[in-house]
Amino acid sequence: MIDLMYLTIILPLTGFLINGLFGSRIKNEAVIGTIGSGVIGISFIISLLALFETLSLPEEQRQTIINLFTWLNVAGINVSFGYQIDQLSLVMALIVTGVGFIIHVYSIGYMHGDKSFWRFFSYMNLFIFAMMNLILADNFLLLFLGWEGVGLCSYLLIGFWYDRKFEKSTTSDAAKKAFVVNRIGDFGFLLGMFLIYLTFDSLNFSEVFLKANIFNIPEGTFDLIALFLFIGAVGKSAQIPLYVWLPDAMAGPTPVSALIHAATMVTAGVYMVARCSVLFASAPVILLVVAIIGALTAIFAATIGFVQNDIKKVLAYSTVSQLGYMFLALGVGAFSAGIFHVMTHAFFKALLFLGAGSVIHAMHEEQDIQNYGGLKKYMPQTYITFLIAAFAISGIPPLSGFFSKDEILWYSYIHGNFAFWLIGALTALLTAFYMFRLFILTFEGNPRFLRRDSSAGHDKHPHESPKVMTIPLIILAVLSAIGGFIGIPEVFSGDHGNQFHNWLAPIFKDADKKLNFFGMHSHFEEILLMSISVAGAVISILLARHIYLNHPDIAEKTAKRFKGFYNLLWNKYFVDEIYDAAIVNPIVKGSDKVLWKISDNRIIDGLVNATGRLVEAAALQMRKIQTGVAQLYAIVMMLGIVIALFWIILSL
Amino acid sequence: MENNYLISYLLLIPLAGGVLLLFINKEKENLIRYSGLVISLAAFVLSLIIYFRFDPDNGGFQLTQRISWIENLNISYYVGIDGMSLLLVLLTTFITPLTLLSSWKSIESKVKEFTFFMLMLEVGMLGVFVSLDLFLFYIFWEAMLIPMYFIIGIWGGMQRIYASIKFFIYTMFGSLLMLVAIIWLAVYASTPLGYFSTDLVELYSIGPDVPGTIQAWMFAAFAFSFAIKVPLFPFHTWLPDAHVEAPTAGSVILAGVLLKMGTYGLIRFCLPLFPQASIDFAPAISVLAIIGIIYGALVAMVQTDMKKLVAYSSVSHLGFVVLGIFAMNEESIQGAIIQMVNHGLSTGALFLLVGIIYERTHTREIAEYGGLAKIVPVYCVALMIASLSSIGLPGLNGFIGEFLILTGSFKSAVLDSWWYTVFAATGVIFAAVYLLWMYQRVVFGEVTNPKMNGLKDMDSREHIVLLPIFVFIVWIGIYPGTFLKVSEKSTQKVIEYIHTIQKAEFK
Repeated sequence: MIDLMYLTIILPLTGFLINGLFGSRIKNEAVIGTIGSGVIGISFIISLLALFETLSLPEEQRQTIINLFTWLNVAGINVSFGYQIDQLSLVMALIVTGVGFIIHVYSIGYMHGDKSFWRFFSYMNLFIFAMMNLILADNFLLLFLGWEGVGLCSYLLIGFWYDRKFEKSTTSDAAKKAFVVNRIGDFGFLLGMFLIYLTFDSLNFSEVFLKANIFNIPEGTFDLIALFLFIGAVGKSAQIPLYVWLPDAMAGPTPVSALIHAATMVTAGVYMVARCSVLFASAPVILLVVAIIGALTAIFAATIGFVQNDIKKVLAYSTVSQLGYMFLALGVGAFSAGIFHVMTHAFFKALLFLGAGSVIHAMHEEQDIQNYGGLKKYMPQTYITFLIAAFAISGIPPLSGFFSKDEILWYSYIHGNFAFWLIGALTALLTAFYMFRLFILTFEGNPRFLRRDSSAGHDKHPHESPKVMTIPLIILAVLSAIGGFIGIPEVFSGDHGNQFHNWLAPIFKDADKKLNFFGMHSHFEEILLMSISVAGAVISILLARHIYLNHPDIAEKTAKRFKGFYNLLWNKYFVDEIYDAAIVNPIVKGSDKVLWKISDNRIIDGLVNATGRLVEAAALQMRKIQTGVAQLYAIVMMLGIVIALFWIILSL
Repeated sequence: MENNYLISYLLLIPLAGGVLLLFINKEKENLIRYSGLVISLAAFVLSLIIYFRFDPDNGGFQLTQRISWIENLNISYYVGIDGMSLLLVLLTTFITPLTLLSSWKSIESKVKEFTFFMLMLEVGMLGVFVSLDLFLFYIFWEAMLIPMYFIIGIWGGMQRIYASIKFFIYTMFGSLLMLVAIIWLAVYASTPLGYFSTDLVELYSIGPDVPGTIQAWMFAAFAFSFAIKVPLFPFHTWLPDAHVEAPTAGSVILAGVLLKMGTYGLIRFCLPLFPQASIDFAPAISVLAIIGIIYGALVAMVQTDMKKLVAYSSVSHLGFVVLGIFAMNEESIQGAIIQMVNHGLSTGALFLLVGIIYERTHTREIAEYGGLAKIVPVYCVALMIASLSSIGLPGLNGFIGEFLILTGSFKSAVLDSWWYTVFAATGVIFAAVYLLWMYQRVVFGEVTNPKMNGLKDMDSREHIVLLPIFVFIVWIGIYPGTFLKVSEKSTQKVIEYIHTIQKAEFK
């Protein structure tokens, strides 16, 4: 089955081509949906079987490379459509195809009746194709193909409803913003690739990482390589300062937000850094930068999530914040903890988004949580699964989020420093609070959509979503609940240790060797810190419940008392406005007013035309000599002869 | 060996075909159109035969033919190809029938003259790429201006006369300097050779030994002429005018092939004939190329006319090619060559697409459009593919060229600084901005202009025009080896000229 892993690339591509080329003629939603989901489902089964086969192999044989054909072979560049199946790529492949399959099935219900149903599924399949390239690639260039490919699909899907308005602008504005901001990151990634090629004379992972291990390369080079690659990750995984595209990406259909902008694509940066762990471990300064950016993003985004009222926007900032967590893990050298959180986050965040989709579906596209309330009795399955996801992201044991989050907090403490732990723990409290604010305002209390009936058009009759949507919710709820058990920390599991960690250990062993952690920490410390963060989460949840269920006036009063700060959060620290004023507008205006209208039209072209006019003017003057009067010509001729004679005589 | 007729036949097909066309009654417009198409397709088929006869393992000139012409001056009709010129010959014979087919409806008056000029243009372009004698090269180089002048001047837009004269004089001015340099070089060569010679292969052995200052002047004269043609910033202002005023077929040829004559000239003449001067000038020219990349992209971004936007994007894209040439290593020059082909395909496709919509609406103002996705979905898909190719999305052709060029310039020993690449790579960001912004304003959103309702989507003729281009866009994107292999050896040969100089410097 490992040898068949290339099918996980081919199948989604086939699905894309079939639905893309013939979808508009097939028309039948069941057929299109089955093709679209089916190819992903089969890919998942192949990945799963490949995992079992790999598990049965001894550790040193767990890496296989499948080489399809040569892509680019010029001078020292020699890269193929080559796919590397190993412990790390298998984990990612299972997340992408597994969660991807569930979301595809859910979309059959969610997108029901959309006039471009076929287009949706063809884009989604194209996305999985690109994403599989990204995670299975055995070289940087192919990774980059997937990297840009997922960006394209993200662009196409954010702007899927291309004629709709989104907030102050349009969905296509949001789509373009996502693509362009990602390209800024890609610019860094490209430079990283150039420097890797210059340094190692190769772009293939195995060769580059091997040489990174044994060659004597100055640390400054590693620093630059790691920095450039990290710029790419910052764009793709929405970290400060390039996170601004992700909240806008919510303009896309909700399953897209779940799949691309929560579970898979945005974690590509985390994957890439983990894949290049050797390079990052050789650049400790940049690793520290990664941790700092991650920690700052985690808490920064969480504070914004605190006050937002759009259900998807809260989840979007939550995603930015959780991605920050993952980078914090990578930054302190806990690569497998980062990947572990990628996995659990894929489960519970996909579930949160799909749950939100179910609510939005039921509420006829209403997304403001202030207009929800009391939905639990209308949609019990959505309610219970959403609750599980909310507990999971809040880090309540023994749900999956608890294990992955606590592992990150623990490593931040022992490998990083206390400040990292503190920021991480604070973020966890904020997360629990805003998540339950969202949850309570949506599902608990009294319905607030009824009282608006008189003013706001038609009645709302919330209803539970069809089975094709709720079954995916239930599966994800189960995964969110028990998914953490494969990574139970040593302190509980005893001698055989953290299994997820052990599985990935061979991938990260060279990086670990370079980082060379030392120091002893007692189990007591670990359990103490764990208890603090869990207690904090529980208190936050209770506080949220206290305020939003029983005393909503507290929230209002607090908002009023800290009006300035509230406004700052509500307007997301005005970052978009600052970027527009400082970067976007000067470039656009400057290009228009200065470069084009003055420099190009007036100066450069002006000079060209002035030259032309000069010649013309000179010719006009010269023309006057040609009067057409024969006598004048005769005189001039005579004068010429005289001068010539004089000259001859004088020179004799 | 020196007497292979294939290439002469290639020149003869459109030449004789075009002349024969003149004898057809001008009322029989369809007969003229089909004849023109068949003639240009015949040339394409012959160029494929040439491709299969070509030996990619040989870096020298192949399929050569030499006929003595002006014996006193040792000038001969001397033609042949190497890998680089073969790719450009194929590009020319590939694009020409497509442009003829694309003008089926848009050219309604003087069909015979139009078809004739297009075929003469093809002769001129092919001649430029196959000439191995500088005098012969110069003749083709200049001759090609004439049909282009008429194509813009007769079938162009409102400002066609201004644009065609500007195009003609601007490029002519550069060429005259080149003519002076050609004569100077030939005279200079008569000392070591013992006779006046314009034979390129002979001059290859002379040029590098021309002493510093003289070599620099000769280089400058050649490079100036080519820089105008490319066009390199700041010699680019003829381009937007010419493009906007030219009919679609003219724009496609202009962008697809004509501009490549400039970059072709740089590789064919400047680098091997004047390697020392090339190395000396490389930083300055690379800076201009990079300014062109960024400047072209920024100015493209704020255009309100679709055609002008694409025209300025050419300034940006050709900047990459020039940077690749003057980075002077295998990666970068291979990248530059494949990027010439790529630009021909993607910008050609963009101009064709602008033409297709212009034929229906008679406006190129971006603001007039909006919401086309609802009305002409197939057209929008085609525009997306062409835009993505131009943006340089991996998996499509543009990426291969840009990546090779930037990789090469990053490690370039001649440029010897990363900053060139750092600045050039920002073009990757700006390309996404201007094309996606244009795409958004044209394709997405609500239909705001009632004129747009009821537009017809692309018909089968238009599909036939674009589909072959898209095939190559994807082909080069995922299996560029087919094309890179062709020019590999000739590129290595150019590099050798540079290396001999560099080694001499170290001694």
